[in-house]
Amino acid sequence: MSNKKIGVYICHCGGNISDYVDVEKVREAVAGEPGVEVAKTAMFTCSDATQQEMLEDIREKNLDGLVVASCSPKLHLFTFRGVAKRAGLNPYQYTQVNVREQCSWTHTDDPAGATEKAIRLIRAGIARTNLTEPLEPIVVNTVPAVLVVGAGIAGLRAAVGLADLGLSVWLVEKAASPGGWVAGFGKMYPYDRSGSDLISQLTAEVKKRNNITLFTNAELVEKSGSIGDFNVVIRVNGGEEIKANVGAVIVAAGFDAYQPGDGEYGYGTDGVLTLPEFKALVDSSDGRLMYQGREVKDVVYIYCVGSRQPEGEDRTYCSRYCCNAAVHAALTALEKDPGLHQFHLFRDIRTYGKFELLYNQSREMGVRYLKFDENEPPVVEKDAAGKVKVTVKDLLTYSEEVEIRADLVVLVTGMVPRENSGLTDVLKLPVGRDGFFNEIHPKLRPVETVVDGVFICGTCQGPKNSAESVASALAAVTQSASILKKGYVELEPLIAAVNPELCQWCGECAQSCPYTAIGKEQYQGREVAAVNRAVCKGCGGCAPVCPRNAIDLKGYTDAQVRSMIDAFLKETG
Amino acid sequence: MAEKMSAKDKDLPKILVFSTNNISDPGIDLAGSSHMHYPPSVVVLSMPCTSGIKPEWILYALEKGFDGVFIAADGEECAYLSDCTERSGKIVARAQEMLQEKGFEPQRLRMSAICSVCAEPFTNQIKEFSETLQNLGSARKG
Repeated sequence: MSNKKIGVYICHCGGNISDYVDVEKVREAVAGEPGVEVAKTAMFTCSDATQQEMLEDIREKNLDGLVVASCSPKLHLFTFRGVAKRAGLNPYQYTQVNVREQCSWTHTDDPAGATEKAIRLIRAGIARTNLTEPLEPIVVNTVPAVLVVGAGIAGLRAAVGLADLGLSVWLVEKAASPGGWVAGFGKMYPYDRSGSDLISQLTAEVKKRNNITLFTNAELVEKSGSIGDFNVVIRVNGGEEIKANVGAVIVAAGFDAYQPGDGEYGYGTDGVLTLPEFKALVDSSDGRLMYQGREVKDVVYIYCVGSRQPEGEDRTYCSRYCCNAAVHAALTALEKDPGLHQFHLFRDIRTYGKFELLYNQSREMGVRYLKFDENEPPVVEKDAAGKVKVTVKDLLTYSEEVEIRADLVVLVTGMVPRENSGLTDVLKLPVGRDGFFNEIHPKLRPVETVVDGVFICGTCQGPKNSAESVASALAAVTQSASILKKGYVELEPLIAAVNPELCQWCGECAQSCPYTAIGKEQYQGREVAAVNRAVCKGCGGCAPVCPRNAIDLKGYTDAQVRSMIDAFLKETG
Repeated sequence: MAEKMSAKDKDLPKILVFSTNNISDPGIDLAGSSHMHYPPSVVVLSMPCTSGIKPEWILYALEKGFDGVFIAADGEECAYLSDCTERSGKIVARAQEMLQEKGFEPQRLRMSAICSVCAEPFTNQIKEFSETLQNLGSARKG
């Protein structure tokens, strides 16, 4: 039997778990498991109140093991390790059991099955915890420098933020000059400053700081090492290679504009433009809008072009910025020519936050909005008079068919992920179903990636407006600086360990390790294998190759895995 | 408990999935977040890397009562080992030898690369694996 004293806490997750898993039944079923001293349920185990309760239980009952059955460890492993640590319990004697993503949520169709599975999963977590030992994290010194990939508005702002916190910055831009998309924008909402002004100001700030080095016509071509101590290679002008040593990497690689297909809403014919093309036209005209030598009097906007496609298509997402940008473009155009007639054909309008004011203002100024059914989109045809005829059924007037003869049709296009396969390969960054880089969690860990020490911000992780891009850039600054300003990171001590009693040094393990983390040492007058703690990455690749089963990965030992298998299979009846 | 369990759950093949913390586990999590369904008789044990699975564990799982073992491998995405696929392949081959020796059908062990967003491929594969095992019958015969 166990001589451990384990506390087990089962989370309702406010119904996310308890709507499908009978948590009280689960508590009863696991309360009698070997080593379990306390077994409780809680509405939210991550709440301050429940964390406090755990702290008190650990201290009062002298617990030396902790199990929380809640969401994926991706979300709260560190939360509860922190609880353990604050209570004086070694954090590596904590086990998180995932009964949400891998149980309640995936078995919403089978509550009885989900309840039984939760019991099995938690029993295995308890079995594992019974065999944990206290471990100390491995400390690695960090390099006080950051590589920022992309010098658009997000990358530039991140560089300035990092530099002001005393970190060195290597800022790498693929294009010939910094600024990205925003450099080409005219007047922007809400301060009426032009994008090019904002970028010149930011670029000037970058140049003022000695600890920022900006490379243009440059790309990241190699990365090795790990969090706190990466070695990167930057290729400049397609030739010269510069090596740098950095503690973190921030990716701010930006987006591409959606390019409609030939004939998509008449794209390719005279007078049909995308939103970026139209914005450029408006920004470059002084006074009346002219298009190919003709005065523009009637403009039709078609919303959601290439966005919010049906399930199964490439772009099912909303690009969130385009409604605002189209309304703003319409108002900017009206300033140039107050006599302009503008018709916005939309599926839905989402001018969130302050942009709602812009939307109202545009309506007050006579801009017209017509709502169409996504199954009956507007039809765009060239007409004989050289104009473009748009036919639409307006849902707001009981599907009355409206015909508009326009000088210009603006396709309100969204953002698409940039072709970044080179960068993805170098950084090994996961890409989501939408093709943008994936953060660990959009709310809880919005700029972190599964690659420790590599952060993402701006539109390379999904559509954003410039203010949102800058906000995420500053989040990435804070996240990376919080690691690097401390001077060290603590790495998981879950590394390989050799049992010298069993080892007879054959060298198989040393050969299997690409990090050369295994060497030899003397043990009772003979040679045995020894693991270098600072170099071992904890993959466990050496464990199965040992012919004498003398290597275990801490946290995943032979005994732990076998006891988990036993616990999974125990009768639940 | 037992009387509340539906009859279909009792008969479902028990499957042990070895997944990896950073690559396939997020994919399996995503299946849950997307409310995709697979049988609740599937349980996941996650590790840093599939190259760290000892073949003896696979045999142990089948001997103790699992009907099948599914390795949700990192494949080419493994952040630790560039030859992870090859290594995991060798582990599977060694496990297959052990299974054969003990009279277990080779179909009881399956490996497939599951990426961090492979929610649908995982769900489909595991359902199909469950059906295969159902046709084979229980691993513990007699």
